This record gives sequence, structure tokens and C-alpha cells, in this order.
Amino acid sequence: MIFVEDKEIVIPGDILADEDYHAGRGTFKENNKITSSLVGLVAVRDKNISVIPLQSKYIPKRGDVVIGEITDIRFSMWNLDINSPYSGFLPASDVFGKEKRDLSKAFNVGDVLFLRVVDVDEVKKVKLGLKGRGLGKFRGGILINITPTKVPRLIGKKGSMINMIKDETKCEVTVGQNGVVWVKGKPDMERVAEQVINMIEEQAHTSGLTDRVRNMLLELLGKEKLLEKQEETEETETEETETEETETEETETEEKLKKQKLKKQKLKKPMKQKKKMEKS
Amino acid sequence: MITIITNKEFSTGIETSERADGRAFDELRPIKIEAGVLNRADGSAYLELGGNKILAAVYGPRELHIRRLMQPNRAVLRCRYNMAPFSVDDRKRPGPDRRSVEISKITSEALSPAVFLEKFPRSTIDVFIEVLEAEGGTRCAGITAASVALADAGVPMRDIVVSCAAGKANGQVVLDLSEIEDKEGEADMPIAIMPRTGEITLLQSDGHLTSEEFEKALDLAMNGCKKISEEQKKAILGRYG
Repeated sequence: MIFVEDKEIVIPGDILADEDYHAGRGTFKENNKITSSLVGLVAVRDKNISVIPLQSKYIPKRGDVVIGEITDIRFSMWNLDINSPYSGFLPASDVFGKEKRDLSKAFNVGDVLFLRVVDVDEVKKVKLGLKGRGLGKFRGGILINITPTKVPRLIGKKGSMINMIKDETKCEVTVGQNGVVWVKGKPDMERVAEQVINMIEEQAHTSGLTDRVRNMLLELLGKEKLLEKQEETEETETEETETEETETEETETEEKLKKQKLKKQKLKKPMKQKKKMEKS
Repeated sequence: MITIITNKEFSTGIETSERADGRAFDELRPIKIEAGVLNRADGSAYLELGGNKILAAVYGPRELHIRRLMQPNRAVLRCRYNMAPFSVDDRKRPGPDRRSVEISKITSEALSPAVFLEKFPRSTIDVFIEVLEAEGGTRCAGITAASVALADAGVPMRDIVVSCAAGKANGQVVLDLSEIEDKEGEADMPIAIMPRTGEITLLQSDGHLTSEEFEKALDLAMNGCKKISEEQKKAILGRYG
């Protein structure tokens, strides 16, 4: 038996279901009852029940792409802050190969890097690497921190949300799985993007977010031409508000698929790493 | 030689005479809890219970740099209870004293059983409790506020710990003692529980209670905790309303 509805907000200690369900993330079993351990939204998939936290810390996982800041240089590695309870390290051999060089010549304290989590061992030592497409050092731009569980929401389905921000503000935007977002563009555009991203984080648990983000972008940019365009397509969009939901929703209506195609046509340069993130 | 003086006229606490502030024997002071009041902390809560005003902030789980405190298989829960110099009538000398060190320790011990510390090995969760204004029962109010702040920070927990005191004042067993009742009364017994299972995570007792009085006080405090627990839940849900 189940005691809660899908997408209901629950708090630690709330009993969610009986033993005939499978306890997923954010839940635990006690006295044959599945109980929530977090403040979050219930997600029911078949017989699996889990809670998506509204606030959390990033726990490093192998294969994730993260944004980190160098905090220390050691003899043969850099130490990085990856916005997590565990700091990461980047071995010098990953950058120089077998060559022996001065580490501070490559990266210095305060540099911001885009990295991949290569390995997390049992004592939670996080090994980072720079091998892969798009990984490396960031120059300029600003950093915005959001809650890691809201990263999929910021990216949107097939990158819809993030691509909209990119297109409208003409900024480069990169999102790490650890909840750090790097934005680079014109200074005033960076500020617009920051405002929008903070708004998304605040309202990630509500529905119809895509539309509100679009309206906010238009308002901040004062684009009237686009508003007219929007009116034409409004009918299909209002319907979307009802079905548009949290990041875990996998079923997509045909309408949405159509819309995504439209959006893709608008894209100028879709970043490939975004898609990778979505899968993980 | 030790003589035990027993006063036969001691009341059993069954009668219900009025209390100094006009409350019934099983009545709580007015309570208000708000979650998420601080921007910089990972989680926070503000609580008012009668004349008590308390802020609680939670940071973490975060990296623990003090090697000797580090636990290889679980996180450590560090608590700091602190009273503001202006929280009491006579200015309190700032800084930790014997009393606040004790309360910090018991707070940590009251909250630890509820938190899934084993999910974050080698890290720390820091809880800060600041008493802005005190009017009796601050340790209970502090624990209550701290567990709301923990939930707000997204720390996985078995249950939301809630704390409340019962005791004996003017010969009557009463719930939620005020400052005067605490100072002039016969006994004060703060408890903390996990309301879903009713497990007790803190039980202190100061003063004299007979075993019947103890039972009665425990029952009262348990019921009081359950009432406060409802307010805690409302506060957490209210943040995302």
C-alpha cells in the first residue's frame, strides 16, 4: 500500500509505503515500512519509490563532470574544491604525462577547471582527470552555485532549458554535476543569466517552469519581437505547462517532441557535453 | 549520619491549580518556527517559544580538516550552543562556559541517533545554536530548532528530533517550564524524542521527583513533544508551500 502521491512534498520520518514497494534513493526501510529520509518530492516509478531532495550536497561519483577550483598545489598534484564534502585531486601526470615540470606553470591556485571524476575510492579520495572533450581551464566568466539535485532541472529535457538561456543571453554556459555553473558572455548578459539560474534553483520544484523562465528572459532582455512570436505558439505552450514536470519524468508527449525539434532548429551551437551530462 | 526527610504533605500533582503565567498544567507556551531564514548557511531555522528566541544554523556535510576528530566510517556531528550576552537580564559574559559546553554535548548526542551519519564518512556536520533571548527551556528549544535546520539543509535523517521539558513547580507536575518555574520549582526534566517511534534521545533530570511524578512528567513531556513536532513539520513544509 502506498500512503503518498507522486510529486508530493515529504519530510524526514514520513511513512511512504508498505513493504510491497522497493525503497529507492532518499528513503529507508524500518519495521517493514518505507520511510522518507529527506525533505523532497516523492517519485514513484512502477514499484520503486524514491525521494528527490530539494536541497543536498554533491557526492562524487565516477564518470561525473564537475567544475572545481584549485585550492592547493602539492609536489605532484593539485587539490581542488569541488563544492562537496570531499575535496578532489588532479595528479600532475594527467597533465604533463611523464615529464617533470613546475605545476604552478600549468594551473595556479584560484584557477577554475572543468574536470571528470576518474575514480572515488573507499576512503572517499576523489581522483580527477582532464581527459575528454571540452575539459580544461576556464578563462574569465562567473561562477554560480546551485543545489546539485537541481542540475537536471537547469539543463531541462534534452538541454531545452540551458539552450534557451544560451540562445537568449548569447553566453557560454557550462554546468557541472556538482552544482557549479560557469557563465561567460557580456557582463550585463552574465548578470541576466545569473538571475535566471537563481530563479530556476528557487522554483525547481514547481511546474510550468520553462514558460516562466522564457518570460523572465524576455522581460530582462526587453525583447518585444520575440514576444509576438511567442503568442503565435502560445496555445501549444499552455498545454505543456500541465505536463511539464520534474526532471525524473521520462514520458514525453508528442507535442513536446515537436517543440523540441523546433527548439533545436533555433540552436546555433549545441554543446555536446551537455548531452552527456543528461544521460548520467 | 544521613537522614532522609520525607515530607508527607508533598502534593502528588493531581490537582490543577493555576500557574504563574495562567497556563494549564499541560499547556505549552506559544510557539513559532520558521525554516530557511539564513542565506549563507546550508540550513537554518528560527524558533520562538514563549520568551525564547533562538536561531539555528547547519553547515555541511562538509570537509573535516581536524584529523583527530575524523571518523573513517561516519560523519561527526558538532554542535555549538551559545547564548548572546543580551539574552538574559544580567549581561552574560560572552564565550563558552561550563553550562553551554554541556548543552552543546547533549545536543549533539540528542540529534546524532536521528541522522544518517554513516552516509558521509570522514566529514562533519556543524550545528550552531544561538540563543538571542532566553526564558527557560532553551536547550529544548535549541534541539527543536536544530533538527528543523538539519532537515532544511537536506541532511538525511530517520526522523525529526523534537525536545520538550516537563517538571514540578509549586507542587504540581507541569509541562514546558518557564524561567521562574525552572528556577523556583522542584524539578526540571528535559527530554528529546524521535516522534514516529517514540525513542528517547535525551533525558536529563534536575531536582526531586518521585517515581509516580516521573512517570507523569514523562507522559506530559512526550505529549508536548508531539505537539511541537506538528509545528516543526508545518515550518519545513511552509518553506516550499
